[in-house]
Amino acid sequence: MKSDVSALELRGLTKRFDRLAVDALDLTVRTGEFYALLGPNGAGKTTTLRMVAGLLRPDAGSVSVLGIDALADPVTAKQVTAWVSDEPMVYDKLTPLEYLAFVAGLWGIDPAVSERSAHDLLVSLSLEPHLHERCEGFSKGMRQKVALAGALVHDPRLIILDEPLTGLDAVSARHVKGLLCDRVRSGCTVIMTTHILEVAERMADRIGVIASGRLVAEGTLTELRQQDGRNDTSLEDMFIALVDTEAAAA
Amino acid sequence: MSSSAALTWFARHEIRLAWREALAMLTAGRKGRKRTAIIGLLVFAAIMHLPAYAVIGRFADLQEPLDKSTLIVITATILLAWALMLSQAIESVTRVLYARADLDLIMSSPVPLASVFSVRIAAIALSVIAMALLLSTPFVDVLVIGGGWRWLSAFGVVVAIGLTAAAAAIAVAVLLFRLIGPSRTRLVAQILAAVIGAGFVIALQVAAILSYGTLSRFAVLTSDAAAVFAPALDSLVWWPARAALGDGEALLWLLAGGLVLLGAVMAIFSPRFADTVVSASANSATAHQTPRPKAFHAGSRQQALRWKEFVLLRRDPWLVSQSLMQLLYLVPPALLLWKSFADSDAAMVLITPVIVMAAGQLAGGLAWLTISGEDAPDLVATAPIAASRVTRAKIEVVLIAIAVIFAPLLLALACAAPLQAAVTASGIVVAAASATAIQLWFRVQARRSQFRRRQTSSRFATFAEAFSSIGWAATAVLALALPIAGLISGMITAAIVAVTWMISPRRD
Repeated sequence: MKSDVSALELRGLTKRFDRLAVDALDLTVRTGEFYALLGPNGAGKTTTLRMVAGLLRPDAGSVSVLGIDALADPVTAKQVTAWVSDEPMVYDKLTPLEYLAFVAGLWGIDPAVSERSAHDLLVSLSLEPHLHERCEGFSKGMRQKVALAGALVHDPRLIILDEPLTGLDAVSARHVKGLLCDRVRSGCTVIMTTHILEVAERMADRIGVIASGRLVAEGTLTELRQQDGRNDTSLEDMFIALVDTEAAAA
Repeated sequence: MSSSAALTWFARHEIRLAWREALAMLTAGRKGRKRTAIIGLLVFAAIMHLPAYAVIGRFADLQEPLDKSTLIVITATILLAWALMLSQAIESVTRVLYARADLDLIMSSPVPLASVFSVRIAAIALSVIAMALLLSTPFVDVLVIGGGWRWLSAFGVVVAIGLTAAAAAIAVAVLLFRLIGPSRTRLVAQILAAVIGAGFVIALQVAAILSYGTLSRFAVLTSDAAAVFAPALDSLVWWPARAALGDGEALLWLLAGGLVLLGAVMAIFSPRFADTVVSASANSATAHQTPRPKAFHAGSRQQALRWKEFVLLRRDPWLVSQSLMQLLYLVPPALLLWKSFADSDAAMVLITPVIVMAAGQLAGGLAWLTISGEDAPDLVATAPIAASRVTRAKIEVVLIAIAVIFAPLLLALACAAPLQAAVTASGIVVAAASATAIQLWFRVQARRSQFRRRQTSSRFATFAEAFSSIGWAATAVLALALPIAGLISGMITAAIVAVTWMISPRRD
């Protein structure tokens, strides 16, 4: 289910720490799209997504989430957005069910809806035997699954994931990918950073490559190949070539 | 690399880690403050010679033969130092047992684990001794300057008791592990470590107050009753005291005994230490909970936040014990006040500052836990709730907790003295609000497990919080006894809080 309405629109987004992390970035992600944001370490991917999620305030530029000005009205924008970081942050002393109930409470979701949804999500992520155990003994992969379930329990329309597959085993990774694809099919938008290029190649509708805080290439896999001038090249080869070119230019 | 070379290298690595950890404690983990921290430490050590002189300067001339009272005082002081070292050693051992990331690397290395853990046990002993030597240096210096070189043997006593403290800590931790299991050992050992050091001083002070009406623990130690129950003058019990006074033979025996004890503990426990560590690492805390998720969305979003904070507090007895430890230190002065003025009308009034002070201290700890100690900051920051409402919900948690803890005391007080209860309640509110505000102004993002190190993140905030609590406690009692003085005290304390706000990294 694709739409011409933008799920995310960034205009001139800029953030500087010690150096320029995001450099007047323009980016548009359409509703119902699976968008993969790629880039080398330190390219500005996470900083960009943290600004979209409302975790960082940009120095300049605008962020529009489903038509909502996220800088002027962050609470409304957050209501429809979910954020999952690469470092799963869950409460050690809560059980997965309690964690999801807390998230649902924060998003003001009807308990009758969220309880069933929480249970189903945790079961689909193979966490059923651990529903009533505290998270303190969980592995990183299990914590990542709890955090992901937390992000999905309030039925967001824009899901932002920063390296969500880190630490997951093959079976769990497949579950997560399946869940995300289901969400996209139901009209949700997913923006994901990943270093696993195969995942981007297989799952993403469109791919954006970011380097030195700027978008250096964007399009479907076919469009990227056309930009590269070769039809048989892999995403990995294109990515490395783009990043090398950008590094040489810098 | 040969086996012995590997162990030497590992020992150097352990010492380097211990040094960096100590440095991080001094510099609050900030880069570029190493030189300042070392200079600060040296200045602090120099200044410490003054209180050291005031406390033990008069003992420098002590000569054999000593009477029982003097031997009791010296022995109790050594016992106190030992208790503090034991406390530090237990904490170190707990860290070794449960610091999982470090252990994964070590245990996957091709070095005999028994040898590795022997080195680590020795490193624990070394770090405990080093810290004790550092702290005892001003005191020993004063004794050496006033009483001669013989007092240098006190350093030997510090080394000897450091060895035995490390040995005892390892034995206690491993035995606890066998008796009550890995997850409980962690909690019990941490609480033990916190209570042992403070408990000894507080127990002596309480005994002194109840028996002699003074805060000085020396009152108990120098009493006739203590002398009657003490062992004979030629008893082995007095060897540490005699060694400290320069008895070379006693010192050698003590050092030998300490080394033998630590060696025995290393021989007995090192081979098993690896198994214990494996069990601790593999232990997944599978605490099952009665499902209570409904409570999280029984009301508003702020209610979900408040409920989360209460659940986290209730489920972490270690954190609660750490917070309540601060109240333990108020027991002796409270007892002293009560006993000193028991027969006068002032007795009731004097309970007010103790309660107000306790409320301020407790609120500071709780405020850190709720405001700074957020384990899922991204989740809360991305939730559709304004940051100001998140902060308000967290502050409400602190104030509710303080209200629940102090309401019974206030109710009892209200029955006896309604006006005093009203003033005390006001003092509690102002002290708790001030401490919470200071934590809010100086908030930093941290994990709750870093609670014990919260005071190193901003020493200014720590001192401001303490001065504010003391100031409001004084204001409350003066408001009851001498209202004009209470007003002045209140203005001074308010000024302290205002200055703290002006200096703080102000937030929106």
